[in-house]
Amino acid sequence: MPKDELKAEFRLVGTRPNRPDGLDKVTGRARYGADATLPGMLWGAVVRSPHAHAKIVKIDASKALALDGVKAVVTRADLPTGLTGEDWNLQENTLAGEKALYDGHAVAAVAATSRLLAEEAARLVEVTYEVLPHVIDVDDAIRPDAPVIREGAADASVPPGMPPNVVRYLDFGRGDIDAGFAAADLVREQTYKTEATHQGYIEPHACVGQLGADGKGEMWVCTQGQWYIRKMCSAVLGLEAAQLRVTPSEIGGGFGGKTTIFMEPLSLALSRKAGGRPVKIVMSRSEVLRATGPTASASMDVKIGMKKDGTITAGRAEFRMQGGAFPGSPVAEGLYCAFAPYAIPALQHIGYDVLANRPKCAAYRAPGSPMGAFAVESLIDEMCRELGLDPMAVRLKNAVREGDTASYGATFGSIGLIETLEATAAHPNLAVPLGPNQGRGIASGFWFNHAGETSVTLAIGEDGTATVSVGTPDIGGSRASIALMTAETLGIRYEDVRVNIVETGALGVNEPTHGSRATFASGKAAVIAAEAAIREMCNRAAAEWGIEPEAVEWVQGAAQPAGPNAGKFPPMSIAEIASKMGGTGGPISGHHESVPDGFGASFGAHVVDVEVDPETGRTTVLRYLVVQDAGRAIHPAYVEGQYQGGAAQGIGWALNEEYIYGKDGRLQNTVFLDYRIPVASDLPPIDTVIVEVPNPGHPYGVRGVGETGITPPLPAIANAIHAATGVRLRHLPMTPPKILAAMKTKG
Amino acid sequence: MSRIHVTTTVNGDTVEFLADPRETLLDCLRDHVGLTGSKEGCGTGDCGACSVRLDGTLVCSCLVLGVEAQGRTVETIEGMATGGELHPLQRKFIEHAALQCGFCTPGILVAAKALLEKNANPTDTEIRYWLAGNLCRCTGYDKIIRAVQDAAAEMRGAA
Repeated sequence: MPKDELKAEFRLVGTRPNRPDGLDKVTGRARYGADATLPGMLWGAVVRSPHAHAKIVKIDASKALALDGVKAVVTRADLPTGLTGEDWNLQENTLAGEKALYDGHAVAAVAATSRLLAEEAARLVEVTYEVLPHVIDVDDAIRPDAPVIREGAADASVPPGMPPNVVRYLDFGRGDIDAGFAAADLVREQTYKTEATHQGYIEPHACVGQLGADGKGEMWVCTQGQWYIRKMCSAVLGLEAAQLRVTPSEIGGGFGGKTTIFMEPLSLALSRKAGGRPVKIVMSRSEVLRATGPTASASMDVKIGMKKDGTITAGRAEFRMQGGAFPGSPVAEGLYCAFAPYAIPALQHIGYDVLANRPKCAAYRAPGSPMGAFAVESLIDEMCRELGLDPMAVRLKNAVREGDTASYGATFGSIGLIETLEATAAHPNLAVPLGPNQGRGIASGFWFNHAGETSVTLAIGEDGTATVSVGTPDIGGSRASIALMTAETLGIRYEDVRVNIVETGALGVNEPTHGSRATFASGKAAVIAAEAAIREMCNRAAAEWGIEPEAVEWVQGAAQPAGPNAGKFPPMSIAEIASKMGGTGGPISGHHESVPDGFGASFGAHVVDVEVDPETGRTTVLRYLVVQDAGRAIHPAYVEGQYQGGAAQGIGWALNEEYIYGKDGRLQNTVFLDYRIPVASDLPPIDTVIVEVPNPGHPYGVRGVGETGITPPLPAIANAIHAATGVRLRHLPMTPPKILAAMKTKG
Repeated sequence: MSRIHVTTTVNGDTVEFLADPRETLLDCLRDHVGLTGSKEGCGTGDCGACSVRLDGTLVCSCLVLGVEAQGRTVETIEGMATGGELHPLQRKFIEHAALQCGFCTPGILVAAKALLEKNANPTDTEIRYWLAGNLCRCTGYDKIIRAVQDAAAEMRGAA
């Protein structure tokens, strides 16, 4: 559907009502992962490796089991064998087998009658290790003589002769790369590095699992995806998916990090061994930082050719990413996103997924994209300065448009990069004069967005209200936006729709809330389900009036004859139809399940002003602007919230956050005091502009908004620091000592 | 380890519980008193999700032992709304969309209330520094600051 045919006037879409879960969340009533208690419940605790790489010689749990109140100990010997591929990876990460692969890797788990007792018992489990050489940094891990983390982990993409820790290799591109560089007036190549960061959700992982000897189980868990928990736990433990019922709690942040399993299978395995008593496991912050989540670290070579007028003629990116001791770093996504905002005729991308002795990386907001953007957007800025070009004009000049073939091969549908850049250029923040030691940086960012398996049911209540059952946990206000779209479609009040996030038994399989998909995919499915319910309500009215269903239309929450020829009947409201549905054919609902098509790609641009203290090297963010295309903002306040939250995470990644390892391969910063995420006093107000280039693939024009916002801050801040100081930082984070050292070197 | 009998006042109610001397006030509130509104985000006093008032003083309840509550008064998020009426901060947090996941919200509300009792007319910077011990990973703090300012303005108007 052409975008100008999409409806643009709405009763509810685009308003800012109170979120339906607001009251629970400001009163402490909302129940999160650690807030559930069950009769007979035990507590679990996990024994973790203190070594980065070690052979597990022996596990002796006799002292732990001798304690009164200790009910079960689980080791890898209690899990099924014979798993392959990602199932094996998940099982190996759940509990180490022959080797501990990183500091914090789970080795055993215990269940006892109290949390303190379980922790005490975990300390009494004696594990004998034979310490092996380890490797942490990605550039060290890719060396031919690096300690080998796992033989045979490489997939078929890796050519013979590659270093042993390379497990995936990518090589793709288009055009004549040599001719492209030859056509340029300026060719520059630089190397950039980003360090691993953690999603940093404030709620640690928590679950209560129960599993009987009959293979039937239940779980309460904070997760972005209850079906992923079901599928992964079933695979790791050898259960039937249908026998495991997973209920998602309220979720205290995820950002991609809660789309997989960590200790969830352990609670089930412990429960089964403890006679089916439920087992609760709540991670400490140190466990969260040592053993969950982090994103990959990256080492990236980028080469760009540019003409004097700013036209980009060629681009080459060679990225090395480690995602821990398992395959799965987002190197492909990083490469796909790196040049996505630009129409460049000749491109080459090379990628290496590399193993290192670190925790298995999990998705983190636009996985891979921030790293690629840091490298490419930094180099473009460097070249603009060298050629005396306006970096905004160069971005506009090379920007991709509808119909262009993306750098990663897809064809762009309706996209809003041009509109986003134009809105950015027009923003008053760009006219604010800067003082000494201050600088301004801009950068663009991209995320594909995602649809994913989606199943939604809508049921009309006896009073004409509506219940929507969705499978995507509400991580940032999606219940409000889905209720708005449903109410808009049905023609009823926002307050008359209740959106529930339901357990795995209640719907078909849903992918998690990830990829910026929940408001797009669950929202689209809810609208289609509402339309199905409307058709049925029109049928009921038609039957009562004795006219054809096609002669009935739905207007403002009521059935009415479609035009004067259809017959003369007063409108029949949803409440009236619902009140008598038991006698007119039974319950009325709508259901939709699909992998919805038409998710629209997302672009954003950020502008940041910083001041760098020449004596300390400390960077203060003075003002910050996020401009991003939302397609259509259903609830603008929560769209702004996504923009602001993404920017804040990106600011942390750029300036301060990193995984710091000692020479022994142990993580050094395992509490929030040392792994310091931005606090309120670190940040300025974050200004936002919502650009709306409606996505024709969604009934209200929605495109996902969650992820793009973390991408531009990394290069935008590097570019601003360069503008303020004249020094170019190519290795994140840009901490005061690094900036100071660079300024001293420059002199 | 033998447990110790503790009598304390929580949100105006007298409560009793048996505390292991190693348990924090946060553990006791959540696991013995049944008030799970206070959250554990770190257990080391860095994130503020467990913020409560102890005899009126703003504390991280993960850094206080449960037995220390003996004979004292504790105020938690569950006591913030009075007589079914939300505190202005609670209302403004909902109105301004100052929460996304909501996990840090109880601690931030308790901390912000303590600020406004001390300083009815804070600057943005004062709010940001007061709340620097309350981590939020979702919002970037922007809407939180606006909500606190709006609540403060309303409370000044009502006073």
